[in-house]
Amino acid sequence: MHQIIVENLVKTFRVSERPSGLWGAVRGVVHRRHRTVQALDGISFALDAGELIGYIGPNGAGKSTTVKTLAGILVPDGGRCEVLGRVPWRERIAHVADIGVVFGQRTQLWWDLPVTESFELLRDIYRVPQPRYVAARDELVALLDLGPLLDVPVRQLSLGQRMRCDVAAALLHAPAILFLDEPTIGLDAVSKLAVRDFVKRLNRERGVTVILTTHDMDDIEALCTRIIVIGDGRILSDGTLSELRNRVTRERWLTVDLAQVDDAIDDPDATVIRQEGGRVCLAFDPQRVSSAELIQRVTRTHAIRDLFVENPPIETIVARLYGRSVLPPTAGAEQHA
Amino acid sequence: MIGNRLRPYRAILSARFRMLLQYRAAALAGLWTQIFFGLVLLMIYEAFYRSTTANPPMLFAEVVSYVWLGQALLAMLPWNADAELRAMIRSGTVAYELCRPIDLYSLWYARALAWRTAPTILRAIPMCVIATVVLPAVGLGEWRLASPPSTAAALAFAATLVCTLLLGCALTTLINISLLWTISGDGAVILLTTLVTFLSGMIVPIPLFPDWAQPIVLALPFAGLIDLPFRVFTGHIPPAAVLSVLQHQIVWTVALVLFGRWLLSHGIRRVVVQGG
Repeated sequence: MHQIIVENLVKTFRVSERPSGLWGAVRGVVHRRHRTVQALDGISFALDAGELIGYIGPNGAGKSTTVKTLAGILVPDGGRCEVLGRVPWRERIAHVADIGVVFGQRTQLWWDLPVTESFELLRDIYRVPQPRYVAARDELVALLDLGPLLDVPVRQLSLGQRMRCDVAAALLHAPAILFLDEPTIGLDAVSKLAVRDFVKRLNRERGVTVILTTHDMDDIEALCTRIIVIGDGRILSDGTLSELRNRVTRERWLTVDLAQVDDAIDDPDATVIRQEGGRVCLAFDPQRVSSAELIQRVTRTHAIRDLFVENPPIETIVARLYGRSVLPPTAGAEQHA
Repeated sequence: MIGNRLRPYRAILSARFRMLLQYRAAALAGLWTQIFFGLVLLMIYEAFYRSTTANPPMLFAEVVSYVWLGQALLAMLPWNADAELRAMIRSGTVAYELCRPIDLYSLWYARALAWRTAPTILRAIPMCVIATVVLPAVGLGEWRLASPPSTAAALAFAATLVCTLLLGCALTTLINISLLWTISGDGAVILLTTLVTFLSGMIVPIPLFPDWAQPIVLALPFAGLIDLPFRVFTGHIPPAAVLSVLQHQIVWTVALVLFGRWLLSHGIRRVVVQGG
């Protein structure tokens, strides 16, 4: 039994445009040009309870549109969508009582109120009984280390502090599903780690389903068991991180620190992707040449200080996937099917 | 059961109310502005009443009370849009409002109730003290706010004032909903401000309007905001006739709430486009 079912979701927006400059503004009064943007062009996926998925894609790919549709904020133009057995936008009120949402660039806390009072307002808005509220709040305060922040007005919090409070605010009513829309945007390293650890525990220990949209590939690598990549309103890839890697490239990287800085490596089975001083990074296909063999060849012909083999970073993988999506539409259709 | 259903709206109402009570400096500034406006209006009316030979449709004392009530209750009138909601709609934070398990119209109406009461309380009380006690003490007895002519009139006014609040909040919510269409929120609001201040009798009491205009203006919802309740206060409308005033206010309130709900359900589909 899937918790979230999305089938062939379609959404278009009409964007009005006007030419720039004074004359454009004058013409805009009389005649408005409209352009339609296909935000979602047939999105399908299904999620089970307790999954932690990363939903990634470039700006304007349709990530937020998907999340807003699942949250019941947007009504799609076509397709089917069910969350916990409900159609989000038809039974909005019942639906949103079971989900939590964090939009990283906005706060759901009341700007002028101390954090505690925001929490109490949310308690009343979600009609959480007092004992359950106290239990949930105390647990969240302990896990996210919010104790010192509770009496501070929201406007005086740093971004990292605010984000921790925002995450707690989304969970006071113990939702089954949590949507996190860029929760680590703009955060420093420590705050990022705090939010990440918390999300991981929430998912592991309480079985909350988490849908994470982000541009931060470290978030994805640290958290997600499954990754859906979207571009131009279509799903480009859906699977585990290693499946994503295999689908895009089997390539691995060998980084070598040469003893002599002006030395160079030339091997028929590897390409040099960059060289900085004595550090050379080689890309190779493990099916053409095993890493052991390549290392042997390189060490035989060069004096080296150190070397290591790694997978290309996920940024590179995703960038290549996006690059491919721009190619002929048939390729996209194949991937989609 | 009902208590639990209303719990979110009550919570929002009381939180907003408490927050708005903190704006004492704004209230003080508003108080002086309104005293000044009241005095200017009274000077103009006095000049008119001195120079007229015709029999005026309202006594000067009635006009004086009418003017002071209008100034005291200005913050209760639906003449502007909620700046906080405007910011929320602009930035897209309004998306959070839709993620709450509550009815959006009721939520916004509760916000309007808080916004139309807390600042009014802060201003109306000192204003009434000044207009009833201070003015006679400094020798301007003719310009004072007189108390209602009878207990019946006072009670009737209290009833119409409650309905004024409900009607005003329905209009306020409508103004706030219009922000969903005009992102800057200025065009529709300026238009409504003009309509409300003029057609409610804020600037000129409706009995002083031309005869042909009176039936039209009295039928519109705006008359229920100022003119009808204030004339109940001064006794210009006898307490026996209060039921027709209440009927006017309640019918319009219901109609505007229904219209606002319909408009909001359509407007919401647009707003989410902003800040995708």
